[in-house]
Amino acid sequence: MLNQIAQAIVLGGYYALIACGLSFMLSVMRVINLAHGSLLVLGGYFLWYLGENYQVSPFVGLLALVPLLALAGWALQRFLLERSARGGELLPILTTFGLSIVLDNLLFEQFGADTRSLAPYIGDLAWDSFELPGGIFVGQIGVLTLVAAIVLLGGLQLFLSRTGTGKAIRATAEDPDTAGIVGIDARKASAIASAIAVGSIGVASAALGMRATFDAYAGGAQLLFAFEATIIGGAGSLWGTLIGGIVLALAQTAGAAIHPQGFLIGGHLAFILVLFARFLFLPGEFTYRLRRIAGLAK
Amino acid sequence: MTTTNLTSFRIERWTTASVVAVCLCVAAIVALAIAPAVLGAGAVDRLTALFIYIVLAAMWNALAGYGGLVSIGQQLFFGLGAYFTIRIANLGVDPFIAMAFGAIVTTVIAYPVGRFMLKLKGGEFAIGMWVLAELAHLLVNLDTLIQGETGTSLISLNAYDIGLRRNLIYWLALATMAGLLSALFFLLRSRTGAAIQAIRDSEEAAASLGVDAIRTKRLIFVIAAGGIAAAGALWLASAISFQPKTYFSVQWTAYMIFMVLVGGIGKFEGAILGAILFFLIETWFAAAGVWYLIGLGAVALIFSLVLPKGLWGYFADRTGLRLLPVGYVVRE
Repeated sequence: MLNQIAQAIVLGGYYALIACGLSFMLSVMRVINLAHGSLLVLGGYFLWYLGENYQVSPFVGLLALVPLLALAGWALQRFLLERSARGGELLPILTTFGLSIVLDNLLFEQFGADTRSLAPYIGDLAWDSFELPGGIFVGQIGVLTLVAAIVLLGGLQLFLSRTGTGKAIRATAEDPDTAGIVGIDARKASAIASAIAVGSIGVASAALGMRATFDAYAGGAQLLFAFEATIIGGAGSLWGTLIGGIVLALAQTAGAAIHPQGFLIGGHLAFILVLFARFLFLPGEFTYRLRRIAGLAK
Repeated sequence: MTTTNLTSFRIERWTTASVVAVCLCVAAIVALAIAPAVLGAGAVDRLTALFIYIVLAAMWNALAGYGGLVSIGQQLFFGLGAYFTIRIANLGVDPFIAMAFGAIVTTVIAYPVGRFMLKLKGGEFAIGMWVLAELAHLLVNLDTLIQGETGTSLISLNAYDIGLRRNLIYWLALATMAGLLSALFFLLRSRTGAAIQAIRDSEEAAASLGVDAIRTKRLIFVIAAGGIAAAGALWLASAISFQPKTYFSVQWTAYMIFMVLVGGIGKFEGAILGAILFFLIETWFAAAGVWYLIGLGAVALIFSLVLPKGLWGYFADRTGLRLLPVGYVVRE
């Protein structure tokens, strides 16, 4: 039991890590990037390609991947999101969904149906584990992922609250026009935010490939995990995303304990329960319902 | 100061072009109804697929174009429509009656789903629907009748002669398409339709005029779900086999988005045009496999950036032509 909880917390760290970029973009740009999962898998293939052909460790590969993805994030905002946002707030959803279809199928065209893993390029780390008191073993990769999630989420939180650029991004998120009046370049702030959000996906790509295998169409499932962790943790809260990831993993673990096919079902049910709770505890909603039950309101 | 002479304006709904267009639509449906007499089996099957695509496009357009609700999870209703058809047919009900019940049961389920999910906004609603579709897929897999991803078939259809069966499914698909399109056409022209189009243009402005936006959106959500469920049941009848993975695939929503974006979002004629174009592209290029899918994604992406109103939207804006009028135009 304790062992399962420990494993779930470690898995939750992974979900928080892949949710990081999505959550950041949602909180400061009010955009849900449907190509998030596809970009994550794209990063995984990039690291795999370096390892397979040039024996480059994924940790070294990250030094190239993160800047490249940040550049892609900047381009995503400048050439796609900025333009499609002019057609209304719903159009970016369709634009990024179209992008994800293109990316997924290009990856399939290039790399085929074989599953890939980064495990061969990280030596003993792939199977080494730490022993916790009580004879519980947790994989070092898992712990590293959890630590990366905490550092990344904490770093982004500090960046937003302490630095000038972070404050400019938050101001743009609140009201781009007013931000413009006080001299903030809203276009630049959004492009930087997008570069950070997509750049951070690189770290999650490494985690994706090190802990398990992936294929060209793995992006959709990863997007849903990231989305569920973000929403469970409370959209717009970076620390909440960490909690959200852990709650998601705990619910999946509980689901698997109840039924052999219950792993994913448990996670989805937790997501729906959290939505229920969120609607119920909307300001005034709960007391209104109580009064209605008591016959005091119609 | 100039005074405007009000009598010089007239409010117009029907134009010569639209009267001709509606007559042509009716004639086309009559012609399609008698077409199986001269068409080969392959052509009948392909046209059945086209009718189903038109239903899917019109329903997603109603949801997104008129209701302002972008959903990535409409495969939820497509899959459930097919699943409940299998379930009900398994009770010994005639497969064609089971199809009707499959669509009805799914529509009934859509009502509470809509009440719940419509509290979400924008992208949260879009992916939230996808999560529900995934959940439904996993739950359907648990049903022993379906045998997990192996799937099952609507075997009771074998009771019908294969030629008769093909034509029955064709007529049913044609009737479903014609029925849903007419229902949507008259709904959009009614008082509720005026409210729907007002919400599409500006939810705040519509609300300030006393339009009950949430109620109207719930109505559209349920109609779209019912139509897509009927399409799922029809697809099952023509494909016979039911594999949960195929029916609950996000691919279906991707097709709907492609058809509506290319044809013209929020335009009644646009969805039909988009479905026909998709059908032709599929007929010619589906053999290209992965590149075909890359092309579909890229075209949808480019339309959302360059031509967000789609082909019909662009065309109608430039020419003022309306073939199936659901609004009014003030002319001098």
